Amino acid sequence: MTPYIVLSAILFAIGAAGVLIRRNAIVVFMCVELMLNASNLALVSFARQNGNLEGQVAAFFVMVVAAAEVVVGLAIIMTIFRTRRSASVDDASLLKY
Amino acid sequence: MEFSAPQIAHEVLWPAYVVFGAALLGVLAEAFLPRGRRFGGQVVIAALGIVGGLVGTVMVAMDLPSVGPDDVTAYGVTTVGDTVAVDGPTLFLWGLVLLLGLGGVGLFAERRLESGLSAFAGQAAALPGTEAERKASTEGLDHTEVYPLLLFALAGMMLFPAANDLLTLFVALEVLSLPLYLLCGLARRRRLLSQEAAMKYFLLGAFSSGFVIYGIALVYGFAGSMSYAAVAEAVRAGESGSVLMLTGLGMITVGMLFKVGAVPFHAWTPDVYQGAPTAVTAFMSAATKVAAFGATLRLFYVAFGGERWSWQPMLWIVAILTMLVGAVLAVSQQDVKRMLAYSSIAHTGFLLTGVIGLRDSVELGGAEITSLQAVLFYLVTYAFATLGSFALVSVVRDDSGEVTALSRWAGLGRRSPVVASVFALFLLSMAGIPLTAGFVGKWSVFAVAVSAGAWPVVVVALASSMIAVYFYVRVILLMYFTADPDPTKAGSTDVGVGGDAALAGASPSSGSQPERGTITVTSPTRVADEVRVETPSLATVVVIAVCAGVVLLLGIVPGPVLDLAGSVGTFIR
Repeated sequence: MTPYIVLSAILFAIGAAGVLIRRNAIVVFMCVELMLNASNLALVSFARQNGNLEGQVAAFFVMVVAAAEVVVGLAIIMTIFRTRRSASVDDASLLKY
Repeated sequence: MEFSAPQIAHEVLWPAYVVFGAALLGVLAEAFLPRGRRFGGQVVIAALGIVGGLVGTVMVAMDLPSVGPDDVTAYGVTTVGDTVAVDGPTLFLWGLVLLLGLGGVGLFAERRLESGLSAFAGQAAALPGTEAERKASTEGLDHTEVYPLLLFALAGMMLFPAANDLLTLFVALEVLSLPLYLLCGLARRRRLLSQEAAMKYFLLGAFSSGFVIYGIALVYGFAGSMSYAAVAEAVRAGESGSVLMLTGLGMITVGMLFKVGAVPFHAWTPDVYQGAPTAVTAFMSAATKVAAFGATLRLFYVAFGGERWSWQPMLWIVAILTMLVGAVLAVSQQDVKRMLAYSSIAHTGFLLTGVIGLRDSVELGGAEITSLQAVLFYLVTYAFATLGSFALVSVVRDDSGEVTALSRWAGLGRRSPVVASVFALFLLSMAGIPLTAGFVGKWSVFAVAVSAGAWPVVVVALASSMIAVYFYVRVILLMYFTADPDPTKAGSTDVGVGGDAALAGASPSSGSQPERGTITVTSPTRVADEVRVETPSLATVVVIAVCAGVVLLLGIVPGPVLDLAGSVGTFIR
């Protein structure tokens, strides 16, 4: 069981680091998805360990939520890209201080 | 391993069904109503749905069964396989968010300030400064989808404090967040700021919900179940300080603190509150905080109440940091909406002060107010003052839309005494001056924190209240005792603080393609660009008046609402 949890922790860390490091909003968003998928792996592994279905059910919910998030997120990133011709999160810096 | 269909107590859940149903009806109306009728239809559907939800909440609250042992008063039922708890605090928060939602609909429906158009983009897909956008504006196009979005967010906010299970908590969090991300990006004016706010809110919100779900997975691994009751059981039975449980709790807490805007997860708050359309900011700042604090309280009290020696010190630090950072940074703000955003961060700190006042019911004397009661009351005072003050910001305008640069609010008290005095009332309430609601709210959260032994936090809270008084009173002085700025100079002074650069949509220096960054309706020659208070529609006036009334009334006779918050009982387990 432990290897799966460790793998999920590594994936989660890669995702979180990517969100903090990468500049392109699409890539940042993909890293968030990686974090969600790491959570799915952990949920399913724990479901197997605990011997009940709750974790597996939760994984389905996370997938649905991730899909809904993609719809909203890509819409927002697309508008930004079309307006600014750039999806870099560093360029969007009118709001500060 | 097999599924059994859960029992669903429709008789207590129907207020939430009404709001969800109205949201779905709104989506259908968007598809089938002719364009001219949509605005009226959507407003009616939204208002009726929320009023229906309110009536339902009151009716459900009337006959809520009493549960639990005799020494703990709690009313309510858990339903849908114990994933949703409809109890006293839940219904109190339902009533509060629904009232705020009704106010939100009133502000969303404001069309008089923009001479017949709403504050939302005519066509969000049309690029700023293009022919398509101008056409959308002249043809009077309007995104009436904002009403269903508001209802969906509201339904999520109803589910959020009722969540009695980690998975429901996560789903409710997303249901309330996703519509808000979209609403933030739909401003008619200053669209670049609005889109930027939406992107920042979305990316950071998604990041934090990633933390929440991973934390949930870890707690599930620890407890073997998602339900709060099982988690509480495992926390009590298991050895204290299990790494799995503490890491999980920490990660869920990150997400919850992000939603309420606590330091160090507050960075999105000023940007989003400033960039979002003011009506959305008003609704979001008030209602999201109410719902998120409800969910946080249930999570900490019910699921992790047995582990409070672990989370209370953490919240001590967060509360202290939040109050100080919020109050200190608010002092240097040059923009009204941003200043209110930092003030809302400071209020998050005060609310957290109430949260850490949790004690066992056996420790409490009979007449003492509980931590839950104090936080619920504070939420009422905060929510109405915030909703009202953002609503007022939307009526102070010049030719290019709302005027949010503080420097240009100088002398407002002389030109429009009513607006200035009502705004001053809200500020004084937020500052916690006696005879306003904020004073009673602050007094109650400080009292519970002191009685729980968190006096260092209260000392910091008092200090930051004093800093806060400074920046609230500064605005009042500015409105009443500073001469009007010279209109010819006003433009140039604003550039430095992002005022006019923001008005133009993009700062000229960064504009690789400046023609894309210009906004719709700026007249090229700004001769008489004076700040004026425009008369809003009746709905906005009513919202502001009700908020002002609540703030005054709660300051003078807080008893009934304080009693109501006390009579809801505790969370059911």
